[in-house]
Amino acid sequence: MTWLLATPLVLPFLTAVAAFLTRERSSGRWVSVAGNFLFLIASFLLLARVLQDGIIAGQMGSWPAPFGITLVADRLSAVMVVITAITALAVAVYALTDINRRKEYLGYHALFNVLIGGVTGAFITGDLFNLYVWFEVMLISSFGLLILGGKPEQIDGGVRYVMLNLISTILFLSGIGLLYGMTGTLNMADLARVVPTLENQGLVTVIAMMFLVAFGVKAAVFPLFFWLPASYHTPAFAVSAVFAGLLTKVGVYSLIRLFTLVFNGDTGFTHEVLLWIAGFTMVTGVLGAAAQNDMRKILSFHIVSQIGYMIMGLAILTPLAIAGAVFYLVHHIIVKANLFLIAGVAERTAGSTELGKIGGLYKTAPLLAVLFFVPAFSLAGFPPLSGFWAKYVLVQAALEDQGWVIAGVALLVGLLTIFSMTKIWAEAFWKAHPEDRDPTLAALTPTARGHLLLPIGSLAALTCVIGFFPEPFIAFANDASAELLDPSGYIAAVLGAQQ
Amino acid sequence: MEALMAISIGVLVAAAAYLMLCRHVLRFIFGLVLISNAANLTIFTAGRLTEGRPPLISYGADAPVANAANALPQALVLTAIVIGFGLFAFALILMFRAYTSLGTLDSDRMSLAEPREEKK
Repeated sequence: MTWLLATPLVLPFLTAVAAFLTRERSSGRWVSVAGNFLFLIASFLLLARVLQDGIIAGQMGSWPAPFGITLVADRLSAVMVVITAITALAVAVYALTDINRRKEYLGYHALFNVLIGGVTGAFITGDLFNLYVWFEVMLISSFGLLILGGKPEQIDGGVRYVMLNLISTILFLSGIGLLYGMTGTLNMADLARVVPTLENQGLVTVIAMMFLVAFGVKAAVFPLFFWLPASYHTPAFAVSAVFAGLLTKVGVYSLIRLFTLVFNGDTGFTHEVLLWIAGFTMVTGVLGAAAQNDMRKILSFHIVSQIGYMIMGLAILTPLAIAGAVFYLVHHIIVKANLFLIAGVAERTAGSTELGKIGGLYKTAPLLAVLFFVPAFSLAGFPPLSGFWAKYVLVQAALEDQGWVIAGVALLVGLLTIFSMTKIWAEAFWKAHPEDRDPTLAALTPTARGHLLLPIGSLAALTCVIGFFPEPFIAFANDASAELLDPSGYIAAVLGAQQ
Repeated sequence: MEALMAISIGVLVAAAAYLMLCRHVLRFIFGLVLISNAANLTIFTAGRLTEGRPPLISYGADAPVANAANALPQALVLTAIVIGFGLFAFALILMFRAYTSLGTLDSDRMSLAEPREEKK
């Protein structure tokens, strides 16, 4: 069973090596597409196995559980790996046209696949220190991708991104050290068993807060989000799409994992803090978006406000709320990556992403307008698209838990999201182009059109499928939430007979 | 021994905080080096300090002697040092590029990614 867990982890790294060796020829990009296709198949096999057999765990090097490194996949991990693979394949196809020869020569495809490998590792590891290592793998490749090409804006954004992420890494590492000092173990399942038996629960809460800040920086929650809109609009579109879709979500995933599995003792304090963070994250993110006039900057601020919804699900901590957070994660990755990809096409056809400098896309590129319409209104929560169900589940969970304020905030932020989406719509799509140009998709060569529009169309179709047939997805989210709230299955799967 | 370690960690963190609050990016990087060493020492201290008891297993036995040094934090610190060194090297090169392409290392004057409004 171990091979099933290790394959999705090994494939991106093999792809990265192959892509690096072929980077001087154009075959590197096809290596990346093929590798990510295999990765997608492997991730679906993993998900199918998890659905069939429940939580599966594998011990690397056959060292028994609390000592060796454990890989473990429950429903949440498995579905995150699948979504990673879907996003990675879409971006790899998009990158066929979006990434120029120079960036390919500098090693774009290798870095990209290492990033995907790091994200996958973070999703399926069962060991806290191992999680740190995957974070670093992810981080160093994202640094490389962010400044690839070396435009001054990229360097400037990169400086902020690197600094903030290094600080959060050090906090994470200190938290790991202190937790190890208290418990003598770093295996997450073992921690879940040991932590409730500790005498000094106050110190556990302190360590929990250190992890909250460390992951909070990665997830870009209030008040630690400002590095994100400062850097995400600078790199190539394929890069910012994969960052927007996946990187912050690794932080959210880690928060969900640790605050349901390990730090669930003093929920009155920790999850109250999370609830406040969630509310402020939603509001500040969406207000920031309203103040911007560049498509990618607006979308970057929206990432922040959407993270708030997921944290809100975690903070309420009822089965329905966690299910909502899981559903939101899945929906959000697809939609957000897609919006950044669309911004890339808009820039190619209309000449910029600044709203004041472009226009007329609806008249002359109606297909792009429709493709924008689907994820944009899904993000804002229009029925029957996927975002509606995600928000609906979360708001219902908040109301059942008598969180009137947070439910109100969530609904209000949904309205404000519509406002800034209509701003993009009115400025970029509806009004005439200020230079009297007619931005059409026909300006692109047929192959470029295929490479750019195929991933966008597929992701939009996926959004529609989730929106029109939500039952199986919500049922899946409910099962995942039940697994998260009752960690005994997770502990049994990892530690096996010896507990 | 623990007290000595705790004090040196405190000194490192204090110096790091001072350096990291500077607007000069290069000082920030040096602060980062200090604080990452403080984190490493924290792990090391948290994992029990011993003197003169290497975690060696004598021939035929399958466990080290009682109260031997804990090998795991040392392995963790080693990993963290290696990773930290890589990140530091990257950060230094990034600063060099930032200086050559932006012409400054004052973080207040780096404003290309987030241009400020022109003062009237």
